[in-house]
Amino acid sequence: MENDKKDMNDNILVVNNLKKYYPVSRLSFGTKAFVKAVDDVSLSIKRGTTMGLVGESGCGKTTIGRTILRLHEVTGGQVLFDGIDLAKIPTRKLRKMRPQMQMIFQDPYSSLSPRLPIGEIIGEAVRDHKIVPKSEYRQYIVKVMKDCGLQPQYFYRYPHEFSGGQRQRISIARAVALKPRFIICDEPVSALDVSIQSQIINLMMDLQEQFGYTYLFISHDLSVVEHISDTIGVMYLGSMVETGDKKLVFSNPMHPYTKALLSAVPVSDPDIKMNRIILKGDIPSPVNPPSGCKFRTRCQSCMKICSEKVPVLKEYEKGHSVACHLYSEN
Amino acid sequence: MWRYVIKRVLLALLILLGVSALIYLLSMLMPADYIDNQTSAALANGSMTQDDVNRLKELYGLADKSFGGIIKSYYSWLISTLSGDLGFSFLYGKPVTEVISDYVWLSFLIALISFVLQTVIAIPMGIKAAVRQYGVYDYTVSVFAMIGTALPSFFLSALLMNVLSIKLGLFPLQGLTSATIVFAKDAHLEIFLDKAWHLVLPITVLTVLGVGGTMRFTRTNMLEVLNSDYIRTARAKGLSENTVVYKHAFRNTMIPLITSLSGMLPGLFGGAMITETVFAIPGIGYMALRATQQGDIPFIMGYNMFLAILTVSGMLISDLMYMVVDPRVKLS
Repeated sequence: MENDKKDMNDNILVVNNLKKYYPVSRLSFGTKAFVKAVDDVSLSIKRGTTMGLVGESGCGKTTIGRTILRLHEVTGGQVLFDGIDLAKIPTRKLRKMRPQMQMIFQDPYSSLSPRLPIGEIIGEAVRDHKIVPKSEYRQYIVKVMKDCGLQPQYFYRYPHEFSGGQRQRISIARAVALKPRFIICDEPVSALDVSIQSQIINLMMDLQEQFGYTYLFISHDLSVVEHISDTIGVMYLGSMVETGDKKLVFSNPMHPYTKALLSAVPVSDPDIKMNRIILKGDIPSPVNPPSGCKFRTRCQSCMKICSEKVPVLKEYEKGHSVACHLYSEN
Repeated sequence: MWRYVIKRVLLALLILLGVSALIYLLSMLMPADYIDNQTSAALANGSMTQDDVNRLKELYGLADKSFGGIIKSYYSWLISTLSGDLGFSFLYGKPVTEVISDYVWLSFLIALISFVLQTVIAIPMGIKAAVRQYGVYDYTVSVFAMIGTALPSFFLSALLMNVLSIKLGLFPLQGLTSATIVFAKDAHLEIFLDKAWHLVLPITVLTVLGVGGTMRFTRTNMLEVLNSDYIRTARAKGLSENTVVYKHAFRNTMIPLITSLSGMLPGLFGGAMITETVFAIPGIGYMALRATQQGDIPFIMGYNMFLAILTVSGMLISDLMYMVVDPRVKLS
């Protein structure tokens, strides 16, 4: 019990067995099928740190982010934000809490309303939630814009007048203007070109240092995740297959999927002989996932037990857990 | 922008020329012309000879129906039209422009009132239906709106007349004034109320016919906007549902909506031919139908050119409105 309490205070976000299923209609006789976009995922993030969430496209990274903030309704499980279960509280209360947890969306082109000027996009919710007193409103918005590298004269301009990088700065300014404590970044740089990516990443790290934000950083770009994260979660087909301290995961990947992912990271030295693990086949359908371990159809070290039992996430060394039968004897 | 407008106006003139030639040709080729319609009875009972008829046709300019003859008479119509003279209406015995300006305002009044009603009813309905997509409200409203659109106007008119006028006696059956009541000369209010009472049913019919289209249009556009990413952003900001729907979503829906609605404005002058005829309202549509049945070529030409100008300017207005409502659009 004592231990639990300490844990609660240390972690800003604890997710327990989160599930998000989408019903898909089938032609045959009313049998209900579900896409298990997020299937029994647990994770926790310490205050002021960054957790990187990686996995190939379609594995449920984005869905998990949106479900945590309840932009999608939760099918099952707990989302404890500062000990309050977001999955259960009424929407009215949730709305009041929204400023504390913000999201930066993937596509800076479609996530900004084309009919509102920048100042309004950033400031609208600040007014709504009375983040700062009325008299300081204008000054505050200008300050936030400056913090995010936007010039004050952009206040009355419209989103279509900006480049992708600037738009993503607007998205960040919009999120941080609400003085959040926790920000979910859903592939915030994947729509930008590489030189702009580093600017945005550095901006986000600077802001974290200055204001102590906690990030859940969703990405498929491992080098970006390695740069920004403290802990890593690797997802495959809606499940968490490996999670732990960044250094441990990168230096000692345990799950065969993580190994394959890490071996695919490009290295800038052409002389280095890479030992690439090439995964065969496609990601299976999430409507009809393989029995037992979901990864077994593409796994190089597949065993008999893998098709029979679902592997559970177990701590293998301190701060490093993996869900794989290869290690279940230890 | 002015270059764009001038280009469009020049194009419009070309379209009008084509429209006028086509309509002139078609009305000249109608099997029975105005003189035939007027004289067939007299010819049959022998009070007129074929020679008399032919002389009349000569007088009205309807004698030469060969291709060359039609071109010649079209040319003279074009010349006088360009000098601002649309000619005399055969049927009404007055200059065409005078007939149009006498009757267009009643039609415009009816159309304008039903246009406003239709917009005020349809837009909130469309918004609500989109917000509750596939809900009970959405289906109910959609079904009724589509029934309203799908009913032919004469059928709906007849239905309302039968139930509300004949059975229940709530509204007058036809016409614009009560023939059985004699009003004092200075009883302006009573006369006005009497006319308004006569116009309730026609306006209702036109409104019901129009609501479906506008409602579906609003719903479709609203749905598209509601599913866009920036609506999710607005929700993530923790804005209230009303702010999300009306400030963020509806603002963006207004772009196509204003464009299409303003394009409909000139059309309001065109008159509702069928509804006016069924209710015997002396509007421009009713007059035009009678003129067309009788083969009154000057009036047919004048009225159709009027409609063509309204249509062309409606399209131009809706294109220009795009630029006014949407900060991103620059016409070139």
